[in-house]
Amino acid sequence: MTTTPAPTLAPVKPARRPARARSLRPWYRNGSLVAGMVIVGALILVAVFAPLLTSYSPTTQDLEASLQGPSAAHWLGTDQFGRDVLTRLIWSTRVDLRIGFIAVLIPFVVGTILGGLAGYFGGWLDTIVMRLVDIFFAFPFYVMVIVLVFVLGAGETSIYLAIATVSWVSYAKIVRGEVLVAKQQDYVMAARLGGFSHLKVLARHIGPNVLSQAIIYAMSDIVQDIMAIVTLGYLGLGIAPPTAEWGSMIADGQQFITTHWEQATIPGLAVVVVSLGLSWLGDGLSDLLSPDRRK
Amino acid sequence: MLHRLRFIPGRILQAIPVALGVSILVFLMSHLLPGNPAVAILGNHATPANVAALSKHLGLDKPLWDQYWLFISHLFQGDLGQSLTYQQPVVSLVFSAVPVTLTLVLYALVLSLVISVPLAGWAATGPGRARDLAVRAYTLIGQGMPQFWVGIMLILLLAVRLQIFPVGGYGQGFTDHLYYLFLPALTLAISMCPTIIRSLRASTIQVLGSEYIGTARSKGIAGASLFRVHVLRNAAIPTVSIVGVNLGYLVGGSLVIEHVFAIPGLGSLMINAIFARDFPTIQGVALFVALFVVIVGIVTDIVYTLLDPRVDLANTEAVR
Amino acid sequence: MSETTPLLSVRNLSLGVQRKGRPTTVIVDDVSFDVAEGERFGIVGESGSGKSLTLRAIANLLPAGVSVLSGAIHYRGQDLQTMPAKSRRRLAGPEIAMIFQEPMTALNPVMRVGDQIAEAPRRNLGLSKSAAMDLAIDMMRKTGIPDPARRARAYPHELSGGLRQRIMIAMALSCSPRLLLCDEPTTALDVTVQLQVLRLLEQLCDDTETALVFVTHDLGVVNQTCRELGVMYAGEIVERGRVKDVFADPRHPYTKGLLDSAPDFDQPDRELVAIPGFPPNLADRPDGCPFEPRCSFAVEHCRTDRPTLASVLPGREAACFETARIFQGATA
Repeated sequence: MTTTPAPTLAPVKPARRPARARSLRPWYRNGSLVAGMVIVGALILVAVFAPLLTSYSPTTQDLEASLQGPSAAHWLGTDQFGRDVLTRLIWSTRVDLRIGFIAVLIPFVVGTILGGLAGYFGGWLDTIVMRLVDIFFAFPFYVMVIVLVFVLGAGETSIYLAIATVSWVSYAKIVRGEVLVAKQQDYVMAARLGGFSHLKVLARHIGPNVLSQAIIYAMSDIVQDIMAIVTLGYLGLGIAPPTAEWGSMIADGQQFITTHWEQATIPGLAVVVVSLGLSWLGDGLSDLLSPDRRK
Repeated sequence: MLHRLRFIPGRILQAIPVALGVSILVFLMSHLLPGNPAVAILGNHATPANVAALSKHLGLDKPLWDQYWLFISHLFQGDLGQSLTYQQPVVSLVFSAVPVTLTLVLYALVLSLVISVPLAGWAATGPGRARDLAVRAYTLIGQGMPQFWVGIMLILLLAVRLQIFPVGGYGQGFTDHLYYLFLPALTLAISMCPTIIRSLRASTIQVLGSEYIGTARSKGIAGASLFRVHVLRNAAIPTVSIVGVNLGYLVGGSLVIEHVFAIPGLGSLMINAIFARDFPTIQGVALFVALFVVIVGIVTDIVYTLLDPRVDLANTEAVR
Repeated sequence: MSETTPLLSVRNLSLGVQRKGRPTTVIVDDVSFDVAEGERFGIVGESGSGKSLTLRAIANLLPAGVSVLSGAIHYRGQDLQTMPAKSRRRLAGPEIAMIFQEPMTALNPVMRVGDQIAEAPRRNLGLSKSAAMDLAIDMMRKTGIPDPARRARAYPHELSGGLRQRIMIAMALSCSPRLLLCDEPTTALDVTVQLQVLRLLEQLCDDTETALVFVTHDLGVVNQTCRELGVMYAGEIVERGRVKDVFADPRHPYTKGLLDSAPDFDQPDRELVAIPGFPPNLADRPDGCPFEPRCSFAVEHCRTDRPTLASVLPGREAACFETARIFQGATA
């Protein structure tokens, strides 16, 4: 008769594996992931099919219909220029989501490369990169972004450049940290001893684990970028009117806060929903890609 | 213990090249601003001749390198130049704005700790249960609310509807300041709390599962004193470094919030200077803010060292 | 207190994990033993035998998820389970104290060791801060820590493993408890230090007539320190008696197996015989004797019926159907 070993009372923590550790449960049971995918998916659909969802134009003014409360014709009312709020809300999804997703790309790439090289090769490269990081890090995000956008002039490209200039720092730090740890692992030393070139070691052994951490951070970074875009819009430094954008909608609505409080409130709620969806997606991804590091 | 604080001089020394780099960055940024400030100042009197004369007077026609040199040498004399808009030394403008922003930021920090610590402890003692889920729901939603929008909502609720607090402004006298600053500080706190709660909750859960808590219980220690003496100090350690990092974000956020609530701090000074293309003021404020963040970093490291006797920063990397 | 009431009396204690909708997993099964005043009782077993949990049940330190399924624990005649929680908490320190296996994790890393020792007397005996610190330094001296006044200001990570364990002992004995529970206190120490710490424990407990319940997997330690012992296997006590008698003349096949597989300095050339197989999976307990699969003396009804602890000699008990057959006339 065979017997199985007795379970020890304290679970043994698994050593970190070189490739991505797989989550123990299938992706569709991961609550956050599913919720996040549903919300973000819905938002993307709304953005893509915006023109089909309402019959109103987001920018055409109709001053006779200005500042109406919610009604059958205008579910969320109209703003001071008579534009349908719901329509503007929907069209703004296109703007904010698109810019948010694109804005993440450059800092992701630049930060990851710089951080990876700094961590892997060390030495003077590392020192230079870390000094740069310190300098950029000393500047609060918003101060830099606002000044840069002003320098470069309002508009989409400026936003991308401004965010890229400021955000790459976080990626560099994270990736460098991960690479430093990964460098010490036995399997990397084994690979180098086996004759693999630096590039190959980086790409096949260190890369996957490090990249997943960067991706997970990128999810929260998108949220931060959307916040920045909306804030810039609020300050009048973002996407120029009359394009519908949540931030500028809030600024418009603020003037009528005593009479039509929903104008300032509703666009903010939209931002909350977007952040929620993206945060859940990020949490779900984090669970999927590195479950041994659950927070 | 003092022995472990020997990292401080080295850290301060390290901060110098960073400050220098920041100053270059600031200088470059403000001089890349479009438009000639002389035009902005002269306004209706901006004839080409007047503009040229004023530019020469302000030294704006000199090569960039010379202008930077002027900037740096004046900096070491404690002179940040004259504000182009207010015709006052930038230093005095900044110095009158700093206490306002500092009060706001510290106020926000205190409020966020008052809110976060009990909530985090409460959630951590019942992980997975209803109260934990409620707190985690708040952190999730709280991270998704734009700061300025939270400010507007608070104004709507407490200033417009309930009329408990003023809509904006700063007031006269210390108690007045605290009253006027409550809503903006609360706004900043609401944005900071999710981060603090997440970290504190996680570290509290970890501490509660530690062996030494069992040891303390075996000595008969329980309840509030167990929490105070054994749990809190250990749980606070990782959170301190997170708070330190976020203090930088807090200062940046206060920029916009000061604008929303019309508070005469560094933020308002900065935004107005940007719109007016007031180079010296922009440079001065940006430099100050960056310096503040660097100092906060050093202070965080000090607090961290004081809290955790195992840490010796002279031998290892900084806490960030 | 009368002569006949033992200090600690554990009766039919069962511990396990109860989860909604799933069958209960029994980890400690129907364990009973008594400890008299000043007695030194050892519990021996492999990892997973349930010995640590038994100790933690007495100390009211069961981990989350594990609960008392049945049975009673009496301390000085009082039922620990039914007494009000506050009263039970008051026992911790002045009456019942515990020492843990790994002193590095069992000591608060951000608190000075002197303060940690002084904490219990301050709280439980109502001593003032300075009086408690004096007591702490005195305890440190008694546990053989050199330069105690200076060492009291140290933090745990600044001390060696042996010193840390002495701090643990000082801490546990600071309120002069009547019962000291030790969960493998020497396992994490160097062999050279182990003996010192054991001798220290013995001496201190002799001086104060403190009873000891000593959990370990190391037979040598039990032999050295304890007078009575219980051998645990798969959550049950399978043999009980005085240490000298049990070691000289075991009456349960498991005990015999343990002794045969342990090195003995008195017989350096004796071949070591390991016990074949593995301990059973607790979630899937067999019907019969839990040791049966690994027992070379097992017969048919060992597999179908479970033996209980029964007296085999005066003061000796064993849980085995065949004990008489196996050990009759056996020589040491």
